[in-house]
Amino acid sequence: MAEQNQQDYVPGTHASLPPPISQVGIAGWMRKNLFSSPSNVILTIVAVYFLYKVIPPILNWAIFDAVFSDVDHRNECREIAAGACWAVVRARFDQFLYGFYPDYLRWRVNLTFVLMFVALIPLLYDQVPKRKYLLWFSLIYPFLAFFMLWGGLGLEPVESAKFGGFLLTVLIGMTGIVVSLPLGIALSLGRHSSMPVVKMLSVWYIEFFRGVPLITLLFVASTLLNYFMPPGTYFDLLLRVIIMVILFSAAYIAEVIRGGLAAIPKGQFEAADALGLTYGKSMRLIILPQALKISIPGIVNTFIGLYKDTTLVVVVGLLDPLGISRATLADSSWQGLSTELYIFIAVGFFISCFAMSRYSLYLERKLDTGHRDK
Amino acid sequence: MIIQIMVIVIVLTLLGFFIRNTLNNLELLGREAGYGFLFTPSNYDINQHLIEYNSRSTHLRATIVGLINTGLVAICGIVLATIIGFVAGVLRLSSNFLINRIVYAFVEFSRNVPVLLWILLWHGVMVHSLPHPKQAVTIADVSFLTNRGFYVPKPLLEPMFWWVAVALVIGIAGAAMFARYSQKRQEATGQRYPVIWINSAVIIVLPLLAYWMAGSPATLEMPVFKGFNFQGGLVLTPEFLALTLALAVYTGAFIAEIVRAGILAVSHGQTEAAYALGLKSNWTMRLVILPQALRVIVPPMISQYLNLTKNSSLAIAVGYMDVVATIGGISLNQTGRALECMSIVLSIYLCISLLISAFMNWYNKKISLVER
Repeated sequence: MAEQNQQDYVPGTHASLPPPISQVGIAGWMRKNLFSSPSNVILTIVAVYFLYKVIPPILNWAIFDAVFSDVDHRNECREIAAGACWAVVRARFDQFLYGFYPDYLRWRVNLTFVLMFVALIPLLYDQVPKRKYLLWFSLIYPFLAFFMLWGGLGLEPVESAKFGGFLLTVLIGMTGIVVSLPLGIALSLGRHSSMPVVKMLSVWYIEFFRGVPLITLLFVASTLLNYFMPPGTYFDLLLRVIIMVILFSAAYIAEVIRGGLAAIPKGQFEAADALGLTYGKSMRLIILPQALKISIPGIVNTFIGLYKDTTLVVVVGLLDPLGISRATLADSSWQGLSTELYIFIAVGFFISCFAMSRYSLYLERKLDTGHRDK
Repeated sequence: MIIQIMVIVIVLTLLGFFIRNTLNNLELLGREAGYGFLFTPSNYDINQHLIEYNSRSTHLRATIVGLINTGLVAICGIVLATIIGFVAGVLRLSSNFLINRIVYAFVEFSRNVPVLLWILLWHGVMVHSLPHPKQAVTIADVSFLTNRGFYVPKPLLEPMFWWVAVALVIGIAGAAMFARYSQKRQEATGQRYPVIWINSAVIIVLPLLAYWMAGSPATLEMPVFKGFNFQGGLVLTPEFLALTLALAVYTGAFIAEIVRAGILAVSHGQTEAAYALGLKSNWTMRLVILPQALRVIVPPMISQYLNLTKNSSLAIAVGYMDVVATIGGISLNQTGRALECMSIVLSIYLCISLLISAFMNWYNKKISLVER
């Protein structure tokens, strides 16, 4: 060994030495990310103490001391273990998914849900094989879904009072998203327009709907909308709620797209005019593609907000997951298990909203063509 | 031109249609629209009222009580959310891996779950998991945490206390004037007073001095356990706590992301330039980074404040008596005047949000870069 160390090397031929042990591997990583300075050491200790205090009790409650088995009363849960009583979720799982949609027709909901992804994928990713044909399917999907869910034309009809659970959430959320986008685009163009009347009306609409909370609009839908209709007209509550959700989120989308329109250089408008394009053509071919591209992250964020806001329909008595949990808690055998139910619903929402926000980040990266300096 | 006339005609037709239907419907119900009911007794109680109120008070007073409750939640929520947001936003940028990840998990969990669910979850935990008043959690011997609420000492103010308030106002005005003066002086000579220290001293010392000179015109009323519950003191109900905390945490998570983006938006060259000029690191933060970051942070943060205020209408889900629950809830159900009650609620929120957006436009104009 000793002899080897003294060996002479021609400069440049010595094999690279491994980096010092403190710079690589776990030790190096910890040195760099956890203990790089005295204040960092203190922060690390505080964080570890915090995790030690918080994580074990939560895990104990939610998993190790929890009851997953199939019991039908909270007291049975308490006899088995002191932690969470997930049996309540198990007992009402079907209701949380479908509400009171008839048992034997639930395949229709499942099929609609699966087809939703078939319709969504070509919209979300542009490198899908045969995208052109799939897009046609996306176009007819809303009508198909309506037919599948409510029935008619040979399928057994289901009234919308039976709809509930996450079915209702996805239904209101998706309808709101699909319909409010074109409405929002129209409103933003109206606000951007040079015609004073159209501009003023759009501004009024947007400011009104952005200024009031959704919950008050839902109250309007449930108590007032009948005043505005000819005497004797009957409107389904679900339909009224969906209309309000659409009107509400259209205002937000309009505002997001307005930001996109404002970001487009004036030269683009002038160039389109100089080419002799009509208003419709210049919007469709030049302005909107750019404006929409800029505002896509904002639009997705609005959609996430809309999806979360669907929980508010519980206050007008629809049976969304929160409505189901309210009904479950009113049942004497499951009283007081609100934490378990709310956490279950929260996890459901977290998964879908987190997925959407990841998708928005992906789009942001993909659409970032680097024109604007960072 | 033709399009505009068509739009006007369509809108007017629609409006006419709705108004005619409404009048028809009201006639069918045998009722006239009007706000006279506001001055009749409300016949219901509100458990949390900061001004004098009982069931013989008018609906109008119930509305005002509700509005004050909304304001209380909004202000407490905004203050808390700002603190949470700034702390989380700065920690999120920490190079410490653990802290960074913990804050990231916190922010994502808070943002991606509906705020209504957070409110209900907090409320459920407070009502079901906190102890009965008998086994209350005692904090510093004077505050008690129970499932009926959080009992804290209540300050009883005597008339002389007004002088303290006056002193506070004078202190703030003086501080503002001093800040202006020192800004001018700095621009003229480049020299800087320690403005923050002097101003905080002025704002704190003046009221304390007034308090001492007026002969300590305030005492504390302690909550005392009597019978089955605590008596006296100030009680923060579980509804209020759940609503405020949930809104603050939810909005705080959004503000954290705004703060993070704002700080990242200031290019690193600015920091290096400030160091090159020989500024100390806290001066760099205060004079170079923060003013530029705030230009990015403040506008979206104000719209988050507006969102928080609007979200406070979810109070109705836990039975906190805000403006929606009073005039838009119980008053509406008792009088059946849906049209009038909802119009009041809608216009109140509209006023609040228009005021805030007017302020925001003014602010944006003020801070927008003046290009030469």
